[in-house]
Amino acid sequence: MSVDTATVAKIAALARLKVSEAEIAAMVPELNGILAWVEQLGEVDCTGIEPMTAVIPNTLRLRDDVIDADPLTGGGKRDDVLANAPAAEHGFFGVPKVIE
Amino acid sequence: MTDVTELGVAAIREGVAKGEFSAVEVAEAFNANVAAAQQALNAFIVPTPEKAIEAAQAVDAARAAGKPLGKMAGVPIGMKDLFATRGIQTTAASHILEGFKPEYESTVSQKLWDAGAGMLGKLNLDQFAMGSSNETSYFGNVISPWRRNDGGNAALAPGGSSGGSSAAVAARLAPAATGTDTGGSIRQPAAFTGISGIKPTYGRCSRWGVVAFASSLDQAGPMARDVRDCAIMLEAMAGFDPKDSTSLDMPVPAWEAGLSGDLKGKKVGIPREYRLDGMDEEVAKSWDQGIAWLKDAGAEIVEISLPHTKYALPTYYIIAPAEASSNLARYDGVRYGLRDLPDGAGLQDMYAATRAAGFGPEVKRRILIGTYVLSAGFYDAYYTQAQKVRALISRDFKEAWAHCDVILAPTTPSASFALGEKSADPLEMYLNDVFSVPASLAGLPAMSVPAGLNSEGLPLGLQIIGKPFDEQGVLNAGLAIESRAGFTAKPEKWW
Amino acid sequence: MSEYRIQGATGDWEVVIGLEVHAQVVSKSKLFSGSATAFGAEPNSQVSLVDAAMPGMLPVLNKECIRQAVRTGLAINAPINKWSRFDRKNYFYADLPQGYQISQLYHPLVGEGEIEVSLDEKNPEAVKTIGIERIHVEQDAGKLMHDQHPTMSYVDLNRSGVALMEIVSKPDMRSPAEAGAYLRKLRTILRYVGSCDGNMEEGSMRADVNVSVRKPGDEFGTRTETKNVNSVRFVMAVVEQEARRQVDLIEDGGKVVQETRLYDPDKNETRSMRSKEDAHDYRYFPDPDLLPLVLEDAFLEECRASLPELPDAKRARYEGPLGLSAYNANALTAEVETAMAFEELLASVASASGKSEADVAKRVANWLLSERAGVLSANNVLASDPKNSLEANTALVVAAESGAISGSKAKEIFALYLTGDIDLAKEIEANQQTSDTGAIDTAIAKILADNADKVEQYKGGKEALFGFFVGQTMKAMQGKANPGVVNELLKKALG
Repeated sequence: MSVDTATVAKIAALARLKVSEAEIAAMVPELNGILAWVEQLGEVDCTGIEPMTAVIPNTLRLRDDVIDADPLTGGGKRDDVLANAPAAEHGFFGVPKVIE
Repeated sequence: MTDVTELGVAAIREGVAKGEFSAVEVAEAFNANVAAAQQALNAFIVPTPEKAIEAAQAVDAARAAGKPLGKMAGVPIGMKDLFATRGIQTTAASHILEGFKPEYESTVSQKLWDAGAGMLGKLNLDQFAMGSSNETSYFGNVISPWRRNDGGNAALAPGGSSGGSSAAVAARLAPAATGTDTGGSIRQPAAFTGISGIKPTYGRCSRWGVVAFASSLDQAGPMARDVRDCAIMLEAMAGFDPKDSTSLDMPVPAWEAGLSGDLKGKKVGIPREYRLDGMDEEVAKSWDQGIAWLKDAGAEIVEISLPHTKYALPTYYIIAPAEASSNLARYDGVRYGLRDLPDGAGLQDMYAATRAAGFGPEVKRRILIGTYVLSAGFYDAYYTQAQKVRALISRDFKEAWAHCDVILAPTTPSASFALGEKSADPLEMYLNDVFSVPASLAGLPAMSVPAGLNSEGLPLGLQIIGKPFDEQGVLNAGLAIESRAGFTAKPEKWW
Repeated sequence: MSEYRIQGATGDWEVVIGLEVHAQVVSKSKLFSGSATAFGAEPNSQVSLVDAAMPGMLPVLNKECIRQAVRTGLAINAPINKWSRFDRKNYFYADLPQGYQISQLYHPLVGEGEIEVSLDEKNPEAVKTIGIERIHVEQDAGKLMHDQHPTMSYVDLNRSGVALMEIVSKPDMRSPAEAGAYLRKLRTILRYVGSCDGNMEEGSMRADVNVSVRKPGDEFGTRTETKNVNSVRFVMAVVEQEARRQVDLIEDGGKVVQETRLYDPDKNETRSMRSKEDAHDYRYFPDPDLLPLVLEDAFLEECRASLPELPDAKRARYEGPLGLSAYNANALTAEVETAMAFEELLASVASASGKSEADVAKRVANWLLSERAGVLSANNVLASDPKNSLEANTALVVAAESGAISGSKAKEIFALYLTGDIDLAKEIEANQQTSDTGAIDTAIAKILADNADKVEQYKGGKEALFGFFVGQTMKAMQGKANPGVVNELLKKALG
């Protein structure tokens, strides 16, 4: 499979990356080179092989339902959460107006 | 007085504990080295001399009060700028996070501070840890302290992504530094700069507070001058963290105390598939030398097969970008970091503009690849297939452990290269990780130790890969090589 | 029940409906972080660093959320998948800090189930089985406010990361009434199980309504999805409006586009949702920050054991062993609180009167559903009023059941007790009805004598007058005569 300028433009839009036509033109051969190379995986016979789900065999730990059990992962820290926001207003994050 | 900047972790800790020098003296000496090299090497994004002094004062005070000292007491270290450090800019070497000061401290860095280490500064790296030469940082290239012996003074790559870490340790700007390894980002830069570095078993070190590149691969580890220092620092960094669902709930072994270079009764596997056509002769020679050293240490050498080795890199270059494309979606200009809001732009335009301005070309490239391989209609052909091949790669290792205890291989296919030499062709750059990526895909502990210099006067590393959880076996084989290699070379100071 | 059809110019159309219900799981803390879930908190006050998707933050799964979803699955007779997994659904929006929602696409927690809905309140036998495709667990998004600033929307992340169950029905519904009945029944089940409070005003339950139309017997048409509809009434309105719109569109030569729509209750119409138009390539892949969720048998057993009796089983028991009418059984089981109140009073009355529950069930049911309900509403007293206590209700029902007072006396006394200051026990005592046949016979004799004309009419076949004689007798006895005895004696006296 290979990509053309339209596909790269579509992927960039999906990834929310603004790209110029010149950038797209430069990316097409680059991405095609990489894709052609990774496609050699297609030649591996994976019959009966399950895709890997955990690199070290392990299952999910479940935590108890306790509020703010660990302050590092608990709430009640609005100032910390908003401290780095480009636009923090009245306790909210501000974004350009959204029309739903 | 000894030049303390020539000392490693163990020696500094011992010297401080015995009162041969104070922790503050050590911090000051390294702070001075950092400052003197900053212009030339660009190893740090933000030096934090006051942090180093502050931690050192606390250690000196604790010692004076007769309190017990931590594993890393009095040792100033460099912190790769992928670890969130409270109140100190944390950027992942990106423009999009420029100015971001986390309100939290990563688990690993906190553990190091708790063990008595101090922070010399935040180390430069490839942007979002994506790169093998430290040429993708928004804050400029890191220059290796090493130069070829041809008198040409070409600026060389310190390796990547932990290029600031490797350069700083090699240039004696820090006795040790943290690194992170996704496909070789600890081992490859360690090999390029003549130092040691270990990536532990996936899950040993908490990923909480570490800016994510590829979650199923990212692992933190230490980079230091020798194996013992790595063991000490890894003990301080590792441990179960309930905040990370992939963290291993296992006690941290006493790796330092368990160090032994005697490999009697151990079997060392030599994977035949790693002997590539057209392999660099000097790399091949150093590998053979490594085999001889381990034999000398009492190990039995066995040839093994890891049949899917050639598919490891392409597998990695599907899985890592796929995970990255999703992990990096949070950089959107809403809650932190850069916001680029063109006149009249709506929310989605703001995202696109912010991310275009905030990510460098390599990061964008990987986001695009990742987005593509996950997109409708391609997911199974790329991502699912890659996870199946990954399972096969992991199975290859499992089968190998029936025949050997550790695996010996080169760390990299070549010694360091000149900056700019490979940056034009992404694929050529990716091939640098050919020997390091398989262990990453299988989550195995692996380390690089210096083996010697090539004919250009540049370091070459040897890699030891171990079974899951057997960091001790890896460290011990590393120690066996280290004690025989007698590697004492260091870059001649030109900065 | 007649089939629901939309009359079009080209004939009758059938509507096909599927509902995706998002039910907020009852838990104290969020699905993947420890912050609180309470409704109505100050903006961004219940947001952790994890919920705000700060760099390096990681999810850790809340056991209670899984327990609740498993219990819900068991309640709809669905298989629980002992191996499930979380996937990332990738899209960019201001209410989604991570840039992806952690959800379950490929391996949901709960498989196929079904629920029976009753389509006619007056005829509980008219039931239809609606299939449930799956239930999976996922994160809720934050909330946007658009009216606080002229050029900005405000983001509140309090809801971000709260656990939801997405309950996906099969496209089994064919009318607004069926959709409404399904949603009501689902809500009832969730509230019985206690896994969701079902509070639609607070957004604890929202439905995405999938609607398509077709000529009866044809293949399914193209469907639209109207998002976030938050009441039963609105769901029914959406179905009606959307089916009408689609029929008109098709008959005008247009085509239904598969799209996301929004319901405007003020205008009672749906409209296309511009903001989500390009978001349909979600690039789902397994979340590499999380491992597979594997449930042990013991955990499943504990979930099963903790399930209460569910509405269908309760209704069957009320109708069968307790001998209630289908109508009453239905009315008592529709809301879990009603059923609980009934069972509490039933047990109390049975024990106080020394009778079996089956013997007193009818009286208790009638008392709750009509007599007590009437008194409460006539006197504007809330059911939650402390005077409407178990003790008071028990005393009145027991007195009525034993024949000590009449049912209508019980209502009178209850009204007095609720609104005034009387001693309930004394009032019951004072109003004891008499079964003294002598006194009653005396009264009857006088009434028959005073109303000879009516006696004639009665004997002539106007049997409806019996009620008149009962009423007169009761009046003469000041309401204290046992109606059963009065009936018996009157019949005798009237020959």
